[in-house]
Amino acid sequence: MASPLKCDLCSQPATVHLTQIVNNKVHKVDLCEDCAQAKGVTDPSGFSLADLLLKASLNPEVPSSSGLRCEQCGFTPEQFKKSGRFGCPHCYETFTDILTPMLEGMHKGMAHTGKVPERALQRKVLFDRLNQLEGDLKNAIEAERYEDAAKYRDEIVQVREQAGMPEEPKA
Amino acid sequence: MSMTLQELLTRPSDLADAGTDCPVVLMTRVRLARNLARHAFPGHANKGARQKIFEQCRQALVESRSLRQGLVLTVEEMTPLQRQILVERHLISRELSGGESGAGVIVNKEQNISVMINEEDHLRIQVLRAGFQFRRAWASINRLDTKLEESLDFAFSPELGYLTACPTNLGTGLRVSAMMHLPALVIAGQMEKVVRAVNQLGMVVRGMFGEGSDASGSMFQISNQTTLGEAEPDIVKRLQSVLESIIEHELNAREKLLETEPHKLPDKIGRAFGVLQHGHTLSSGEAMNLLSLVRLGVDLGCFPVESRPVIDRLLIEAQPGHVHHASGLDKLESKERDVLRATQMRSEFANFPTPAHIDPTHN
Repeated sequence: MASPLKCDLCSQPATVHLTQIVNNKVHKVDLCEDCAQAKGVTDPSGFSLADLLLKASLNPEVPSSSGLRCEQCGFTPEQFKKSGRFGCPHCYETFTDILTPMLEGMHKGMAHTGKVPERALQRKVLFDRLNQLEGDLKNAIEAERYEDAAKYRDEIVQVREQAGMPEEPKA
Repeated sequence: MSMTLQELLTRPSDLADAGTDCPVVLMTRVRLARNLARHAFPGHANKGARQKIFEQCRQALVESRSLRQGLVLTVEEMTPLQRQILVERHLISRELSGGESGAGVIVNKEQNISVMINEEDHLRIQVLRAGFQFRRAWASINRLDTKLEESLDFAFSPELGYLTACPTNLGTGLRVSAMMHLPALVIAGQMEKVVRAVNQLGMVVRGMFGEGSDASGSMFQISNQTTLGEAEPDIVKRLQSVLESIIEHELNAREKLLETEPHKLPDKIGRAFGVLQHGHTLSSGEAMNLLSLVRLGVDLGCFPVESRPVIDRLLIEAQPGHVHHASGLDKLESKERDVLRATQMRSEFANFPTPAHIDPTHN
């Protein structure tokens, strides 16, 4: 049996159905009578509608028993569906498949073309390099390849200086 | 020397003072959403994590030149009335005002920069400017953001840009908005058309206090809806050109009203002025509508231009929190508030000149 449409804001049966085309994308909202009244749908200038329609585009298709979970923060697609927000930055990787179709209707494009945090990215490159070198150093010592180890150690000192953290870590 | 919350509340917001000559745009606002890499967003973080983020952000923020003397406030240390006043001044959002432990804000002395911590995102950086000043507001917020990036690792992906709690802010995290005064478009019944046209262009129209607020006083906030796929200067430029066209429509609507119904606007303005000068009880909605008409009167030459900043200040001071705070009383019923509001208006408008006759050829 097909269940009747539920209000997007509460779970009452929806009796008011709105469709608007923004940026050539169709946005739909279903509301119950109370919420429609409260949201000023009947208000002729109807400017609060845009927010509703925008939120409607945040309603992702979530496979019911995906079992998907963000490995960093434990967030689930169900939580996203409920709140319209993610749990942590890593969720953007975890939930790519849910996110991508949503973004199409939401934004002007699919790729960032604006400002880039140059300093932070440089820092990240150095940190990643440092992690790599520290691993290499550990392996070299364990394998008793002392010549390699000395080489890694020198490089670590260099990278640390570049990153503005010259002192040796206190283990 | 940094100021106290009491000093901040007593000082009128700088926006009301700046003598900008702008008939239609009251205020420009620019905000950036930023989050720290590898940390759960505020809505999914526990109390301890949020408090740690607050401390980390606070340290980075007070190092910047523009916020060195700023006032740092946690939501917990403020009374509900103090929070309400900051909301009415657009310094914090309603969402932050109801925020949990670890939520707070830092505000500069001029009250034109505020950074909310642990609202929907770890950081909501905001720059306000009186009048129509998008480019300057963007330049100023961009500088502050670049400075913060020296000490904070922002969550960023080369493909998706700045990562935000809600995907609607993804990419640039930039929301540019203008507070517009559009009385003639409202009176002429053209607002619906404008809203629809603006929506088609990927922009949103809201009431004066953002999402879910009403349009009393014919004040509207217009902002970009999309944040991904367009560079910041392009977003600014596009919104600017939409606003320029709305300004033109509003000015045309005024001219047309004066032509076709020469007594309509002068009558509305005169009546509004009469009630402000002689009323004894005024709700905030009514006060907003009356002040809005008198502001229109300034634009049309009924009142001297110098009264525009006075009206802009009153538009904020007529808000419930401000009236309550000015009374100095702990508790104030809304009826008593309406009386105090009318008293203030009577005294502010007592020395106003009689409205000059509107010349329909002027404008």
